[in-house]
Amino acid sequence: MIVHINGDQRELSSQLQTVFDLVNDYNLSEKNVIVELNGRIIEASKHRDTPIQEGDRVELVQFVGGG
Amino acid sequence: MQERYSRQVLFDSIGEKGQEKLGQKHVCIIGAGALGTGNAEILARAGVGRLTIVDRDYVEESNLQRQQLYTEKDAKARMPKAIAAKDRLNQVNSSVTIHAEIQDVTVEEMERLAQGVDLIIDATDNFDIRFIINDVAQKFNIPWIYGGCVSSYGLSFTVIPGETPCLNCLLQTVPLGGATCDTIGVIAPVVQMVVSYQTAEALKILVEDWSSLRKKLVSFDLWDNEHVSIGVERMKNSDCPSCGDHPTYPYLSYEQQTKTAVLCGRDAVQIRPPKKMARDLDALERILESQNGEVNRNPFLVSFANGDHRMVFFKDGRVLIHGVNDISEAKSLYHKIVG
Ligand SMILES: [Zn+2]
Repeated sequence: MIVHINGDQRELSSQLQTVFDLVNDYNLSEKNVIVELNGRIIEASKHRDTPIQEGDRVELVQFVGGG
Repeated sequence: MQERYSRQVLFDSIGEKGQEKLGQKHVCIIGAGALGTGNAEILARAGVGRLTIVDRDYVEESNLQRQQLYTEKDAKARMPKAIAAKDRLNQVNSSVTIHAEIQDVTVEEMERLAQGVDLIIDATDNFDIRFIINDVAQKFNIPWIYGGCVSSYGLSFTVIPGETPCLNCLLQTVPLGGATCDTIGVIAPVVQMVVSYQTAEALKILVEDWSSLRKKLVSFDLWDNEHVSIGVERMKNSDCPSCGDHPTYPYLSYEQQTKTAVLCGRDAVQIRPPKKMARDLDALERILESQNGEVNRNPFLVSFANGDHRMVFFKDGRVLIHGVNDISEAKSLYHKIVG
């Protein structure tokens, strides 16, 4: 399945079905990432129930501590 | 018009009026590492009236790649960052009043530092302190600007009390673990990019051009060529304990801070006594000299190198222990020296 992540086109493995799977695949946690799916923020508590579909536009913003 | 600010005054959105406002404002910068030195230099050059710079650490060689106010001389002398930054900024713009404080920022300190301040810049390296800044900013109605970076990635967000969501709305809990500059490094361009986002927003706030604020959460990876900007207005939560309708400021009401912390950017642990103290460095120096190791001293600290470890004792009671990542090991080394 082809989706756009942070502006880049990516081919996702068929095992990745939800926002939760995607966040995990990027080695991120719902605790330190904000996810926007097709222009809407997906709350951390809904990551598991929100499917990723062909053509979706996903933005992932990770919070990092360094400075 | 002062010649030194002429190019900035020619910029329409600042102008003479904006320049006058800048000269009346007071900005508190928490942290004087990569983001702190970058923010401080730009704001001092811009003619902000007063800057307070707070940092717990001292300059080391590995800082020089990205911490723009420091020199080899500072690293050799292990100058406290706040002092080295102040010295350099005084040379950059002598008309700016610089307050330098060498200390770890606790709840109590943060509440004191916030008094009379127009803006707080986050240039820290951990979320414990950011959640304290977030609560203090809400309590005293002061804007603050988050910045973070690691590797080739950075992000920033501007928190305006009463307007935008706060850090607690965005994250709900203090993120633990995660990549640090200790584990995966950081490159200077990403520092500069975060600093640019932070200081552009700072100038807008200081000249009171509120409508020009970015409002979005912005992140970027300068190596992977990614840039993301997302609207988070709807994450503002009226039940948020920090900025909601009935705030309790959870990060101020009890001591959430760790007394020990593994420091980002180095193989080191900090130990802070529960109460602030004035350590007698002369007495300590004498004790250390009787031990098997190398003792170095400047007016602000004593350092003691022994085998793979180096311990640095600050006047306010804190100790940095280099060569360890494990808190309990650090504590045992500490207690071996100071009992
Ligand atoms: Zn909030």
